[in-house]
Amino acid sequence: MYEIVYKKRLNDAVTLMKIDAPLIARKAKAGQFIILRIDEQGERMPLTIADYDREAGTVTIIFQIVGQTTQLLSAMKEGDSLLDFVGPLGKATEFEDAKRVCVIGGGVGSAIAYPSAKQLFSDNVKVDVIAGFRNKDIVILEDEFRAVSDNLYITTDDGSYGEKGFVTTKLKELIDGGNNYDLVVAIGPVPMMKAIADTTRPYSIKTIVSLNPIMIDGTGMCGGCRVTVGGEIKFACVDGPDFDGHLVNFDELMRRNSAYKEREAHDRSHCRLYKSAE
Amino acid sequence: MPNMSLKRVPMPHQEPEVRNKNFSEVALGFTPEMAIEEASRCLNCKTRPCVSGCPVNVNIPDFLMHLSKGEFEEAYQVITRTNGLPAICGRVCPQETQCEGKCVRGIKGDSVSIGRLERFCADYHMKNVSTLPEKPESNGKKVAVIGAGPSGLTCATDLAKLGYEVTIFEAFHAAGGVLIYGIPEFRLPKEIVRKEIENLTALGVEIKTNMVIGKILSIDELFDMGYKACFVGSGAGLPSFMGIEGEDLVGVFSANEYLTRTNLMKAYQQGYDTPIMKSKAVAVVGGGNVAMDAARCAIRLGAEKVYVIYRRGLAEMPARKEEVEHAMEEGIEFKCLNNPVRLIPDENGRVKAVECVEMELTEPDESGRRRPVEKKDSNFLIDADTVVIAIGTSPNPLIRSTTPGLDTNRRGCLVVDEATMKTSREGVYAGGDAVTGAATVILAMGAGKQAAKSIDEFLSDKE
Repeated sequence: MYEIVYKKRLNDAVTLMKIDAPLIARKAKAGQFIILRIDEQGERMPLTIADYDREAGTVTIIFQIVGQTTQLLSAMKEGDSLLDFVGPLGKATEFEDAKRVCVIGGGVGSAIAYPSAKQLFSDNVKVDVIAGFRNKDIVILEDEFRAVSDNLYITTDDGSYGEKGFVTTKLKELIDGGNNYDLVVAIGPVPMMKAIADTTRPYSIKTIVSLNPIMIDGTGMCGGCRVTVGGEIKFACVDGPDFDGHLVNFDELMRRNSAYKEREAHDRSHCRLYKSAE
Repeated sequence: MPNMSLKRVPMPHQEPEVRNKNFSEVALGFTPEMAIEEASRCLNCKTRPCVSGCPVNVNIPDFLMHLSKGEFEEAYQVITRTNGLPAICGRVCPQETQCEGKCVRGIKGDSVSIGRLERFCADYHMKNVSTLPEKPESNGKKVAVIGAGPSGLTCATDLAKLGYEVTIFEAFHAAGGVLIYGIPEFRLPKEIVRKEIENLTALGVEIKTNMVIGKILSIDELFDMGYKACFVGSGAGLPSFMGIEGEDLVGVFSANEYLTRTNLMKAYQQGYDTPIMKSKAVAVVGGGNVAMDAARCAIRLGAEKVYVIYRRGLAEMPARKEEVEHAMEEGIEFKCLNNPVRLIPDENGRVKAVECVEMELTEPDESGRRRPVEKKDSNFLIDADTVVIAIGTSPNPLIRSTTPGLDTNRRGCLVVDEATMKTSREGVYAGGDAVTGAATVILAMGAGKQAAKSIDEFLSDKE
C-alpha cells in the first residue's frame, strides 16, 4: 500500500498528491512515469511524475479529472492509501547538451513540464517557460515555474490572465525575437504538442514531446501504447514516453487515444458518481 | 489387476453452447470413482517412460498406484515432491507430447490420462486438506527471483524447501505471470493459482509486487542488498506485430493486451474498471495456444463471429489439439491457409475488415518443413471490428538492457549454460521464456527447478 501523505487541490479539476514511495523517489527522473491502481477493481492508470523528494521518499503526481479513475482518485484523502504504485517507468528525458531551452506546458501538462524545467534550471541551463491555460481559474504551478526559469510567460486563451493567446504564438514570437533555443520541450494535450512541433519545424529546433497513449502494464508487454515515430512502431512505455516531436504521427495517436471514448461517455451519463460530482 | 480398457475415462465438460457464454472452467474434473478407474489403467511398467517425458520428473506410476487404491492424499504427496504446481500443470501441460505421449498404453489404445489425474489429486488436496506446508529452517542465505511466473515460482519453491530465504520481485500487481494475465479463467481458474501461490508463501517465500527490476532496482543493487544469487524468470512478454498496413488502427490488439485486459484486469466482470472492446466480429491471427485463448475469450465476451486466421493448415497448428477442438465446438471459425496482408479502416480509423490472401504449402524441404506461400490474386476480405494479433512474443529487454555483462542472443534471449541455467554473470541464473522465447509453462518450471539446483550448488560451494 502506498500512502497519500499530502493532497492539495490546484484548481477545480486538478489535484496534486504526494505519495509515499521511497524506492521510486530514489530513482525517479524527469520524463518518467508511474502506474497506479486505486483498489482491487481499479484499472491501471499511468501518470507522469510531476516531482519527487528523494529525502522524504515521496513522488508527486498531478492529475486532472477526465474519467472514472481520476474522479475516484480525486476523492481520496491524505492518509488513504493506493493499492498499487509502480515505477519509475519509461526513459528519462534526454536533454543532451542543450544550452538554451524553452519548456512549454499546456494545461495540466504543465505539471509534467515542471520537472524538466526544474532539472534544466538546476543544471544551469538557461530556461524559458511558456505555460498556457484556457483561463485564469485553471492556472497552476505559477510560483513553482517562476522559481525554476529565467523567464516565465503565462498565456490564457481568453486573456483573463497573463498574455492572451496560444502557447504557439508566444513561442513563435520568442523565436522571432532572437531567442536562439536549441531545444524545445513541449508537454500538454496532443493537438498542442502537434502545433508546437509544426511551429518549430521550419526553424529546425529539436522538439521533445511527452506522449500519453493508452497502456496497461507500462513495461512493454501489452503493446497498447504503440505509436509511429519516424515510420517505425515504438512502445511509449519503454521507448518513450518522450519522442522527437518532428517524427511523431500525432493524428494516429489522437485516434488511438479515443478508443474507449464511447464507453467513457456512457459511464459518465450512467454513473451516479459523475452525477453527484456535477 | 490393471483396468485393460483401451479407452480412457471421458472427462466431464460444460456443454459448448453453455460454456461459450461464461468464464467458468470448461473441464469439470474427474469424480473419485472416475479417477480410480482411470488410474487403474496404469500397468506400473518397469521402463516408466512417462517419468522421463516429464520436464520435472514427477514419479507418475507411484502416484497412480496410490490413486488406484483410493489413497488420494498420498498420491498428491508423491506429485508435490517434484512439482510445486500440480493443479496448474494438470490443467495446462501439453501431456500428449510429454508423459502421456510416452505411455505404453498409448501404443494400442489411449494412453493413461496422467494430466487429468494429476489435476484430480491437486483438486482433492485443495478441497479436503487445509494444512499448508511448513517453513523449513532458514540457512540464512538470501536469493532473489525476478518474475513470479512458472519458472520463478518453481525456482523459489525448490530453494525455499532447501532453507534459502527467497524474495520474488514481480512487475505486475499480482503474482503468477502468464498463469494470471494470459491463460484465461475457463482454462485455469485464478483461485487455483492463488492457492498454489499460498503454498509457496507458507514455505517462507516473500513476494514483492509492483517491482520492475531494471527500473526500481537493478540486479547489481540486489547483490548490494545482500542477495547471494539471482534467478531471472522475466518471461517473453514483448508482443510481435505483423508489420502490415493498418496495425495501428483502433480495435487492433496484441494478444497480450486483449488477454491481460480480460484475465488480469477482469474486464469481463461487472464492477471492474478496465474497459474492453465490445466486438461484433473478432479475427484472431495465429495458430498457437495463445490464439485459441484469445478467440475463446472473444466469444465469451459476446462477439457474434470469431475467426482464427492461420497461414498454415489445421494439421500444422502449434496449439494443443484439445484446445483447437474446444474452440471449434464453441463456434469459432477456422480460416486456415489464409494470411492477413492489410487491415482496412472505417471512416473513424477503426478496423472494419481484414484483407487476407490464400496460402498453400510447398513440398517438404530438407528439414521436412512445408513452407506456406501466397496464392496469386486470391485476396479476399473478412469483416471484423476487432483484430487480435497472436503471432508470438519475445523476451522483454528491461533486464538485459540494465544488467552489464549479461549475454543475449540475437533474438534477445538470455544465453545460459543449458545444463546449469547459469548466465554469463556470476551468481545470475535464468530460465523459462526469458531464455527459450515463448514456450510452455512446464518447460519453464523444469528450467526453474534446474536453476534452483545449480544455485544451491553454487552457494554451497562458496562456503
